[in-house]
Amino acid sequence: MRVGRGRHLVLAVPGRAFAQRFAYAILACAAITLMIISQAEPRLVETLRVGVADAVAPVFSFFSRPATTIADGVDELGGMLVVHERNERLESDNATLRKWQAVAEQLGYENEMFRRLLKVVPDQRTQFVTARVIADSGGPFIHMVMVNAGQSHGVRRGQAVVNHDGLVGRVLEAGEHTARILLLTDLNSRIPVVLEESRDRTILRGDNSPHPYLAFLATGAQVKPGDRIVTSGEGGMFPPALDVGIVSAVDKDRATVHPFVVWERLDYVTILDYVVPGVFPETRRAERTGSLQ
Amino acid sequence: MSDWVLRAGRSLRGLIPVTVTVALVFAGSLPWRLPAFVEVTPAFAAMAVFYWTIYRPERLPYVATFAIGVLQDLLAGTPLGMTALVLLIVQGVVASQRTFFRGKPFLVVWWGFAMVMPAAGLLGWAIASACFGTLVPLLPIIVQIVITVLVFPVFAVFFRPLGVLATPRPG
Repeated sequence: MRVGRGRHLVLAVPGRAFAQRFAYAILACAAITLMIISQAEPRLVETLRVGVADAVAPVFSFFSRPATTIADGVDELGGMLVVHERNERLESDNATLRKWQAVAEQLGYENEMFRRLLKVVPDQRTQFVTARVIADSGGPFIHMVMVNAGQSHGVRRGQAVVNHDGLVGRVLEAGEHTARILLLTDLNSRIPVVLEESRDRTILRGDNSPHPYLAFLATGAQVKPGDRIVTSGEGGMFPPALDVGIVSAVDKDRATVHPFVVWERLDYVTILDYVVPGVFPETRRAERTGSLQ
Repeated sequence: MSDWVLRAGRSLRGLIPVTVTVALVFAGSLPWRLPAFVEVTPAFAAMAVFYWTIYRPERLPYVATFAIGVLQDLLAGTPLGMTALVLLIVQGVVASQRTFFRGKPFLVVWWGFAMVMPAAGLLGWAIASACFGTLVPLLPIIVQIVITVLVFPVFAVFFRPLGVLATPRPG
C-alpha cells in the first residue's frame, strides 16, 4: 500500500516525464533480455517466429501480388524502350539454343546407353514443391525470403531451394503453411560446392553482399574467372550438380562467385525434398508396402 | 451519441502514427523487387519513429516503438530485440533534442536524421555481430543508411498530412 501511494506521489509531482523515463528504461532492458533469450533459447524464438509467420502469411500473400505487379510494371516500362533490340537478340539466342537442344538430346541418349552398359544404380528421385515468395527480409543484416509452403506441403528444415536459374538457398525454418529460405548470399549460408571443371571441392560462403565467395580453397586448387560452380552433394543435404553460379573474380585469397539466380526475378521457387540414396532404406520400404496395401 | 462518435473518431485518429509505422514494417517486408531496393530495403520503421518523435511524440509511446521493433525482428529474422533496442535509442535521442528540431526548416530535420541513422546502423551492426558471433559486413549497412537518408524527404511529405490528421482539434 505504502509503495503504491509513494508511486502516485512521484507521478503527481514531477509529472509524466519520470514515468516515461522509467518505462523507457524498462523497455530497453526488455529488449536486451529478449536478445539474451534468443541466444540462449533459439528453439523458443524459432517457434515464436514460425507462429508469427504463419499468422501474418495471409496478409503477405495478399499484398505481395500487387507489390510484384508494380515491380513487373516498372520492369516492363524499361523493357518497352529496348523491345526491338531485345527481339533481335532473342531470335539469335533461339537459333543457338536449337542447336544446343539437338546436341543435348543426342548426349542424353548416349548417356542413357552408357548407364545401361555400366548398370548404374539410379539416384533416388527427388520430390519437389513449388512456392511463391511472399515476403523478403530485405535488410542489410540477413538475406531471407518467406514462401507460402510449409510443413503441410512437405517442406522441412535444410532442404535445398532452387528456381529456373539455379540454387537459391536452403530452408531455415518451416512453419505449417510458410517457410523461411536463407538465401545463399546470407552471412550464415554455407553450401558445399564443387568447381565443375577442376572438380575441386569447397564451401560457398555468403557475406550479405550480392556476391558470395569460395572459402577453404585447397592449396593448388585451380580456379579462374568463368569457372562454373555446382553443388557437390556433400553432407547429403543438397542433391549434387545443382547450378550455383560462375566465378567472377579471383584474387589472392578469395574467389568471388556470381550466382545464376537473378534476385530481381525471385518470385517462384522450388523446394527439393532430396533423400540420399540408401540412407533410410527401412522407411522407404515401409512406405512402399504401405502404398501397396 | 454524436459526442461518442466524435470521441471515438478522435482516438482512432490518434492511432494513425502507430498504424502507419506498423504498415511500413509490413510494407518493408514485401518482395518489391524494385531496382533500387533489390539489395537492401530502406529502414522504413526508423524513418517513421524519427518523424513522429519530433512532430507527434504523444502519439508514439515507447511501448509502441518497442512492440514495432519486436514485430520487425520477428518478420525479418534479425536477432530478437535488436530492432526494438535500436528504435528505442533513436526515439530516446530524438526526444531529448525535440525542442531543437521543432519549428526548424525541414533541411535541419533531414540533417538530424542523417546524423542519427549512422549511429543507429552502427549499433545494429554491433548487436548483430555479437549475436551472429562474427563481424557482419558493414557495406550493406552503409548502403541501407544512404538509401534511407535519401528517401526520407519523400516519406516526410506523406507523414505530414497524416500527422495533422492525428492531432485532435480542440472542441
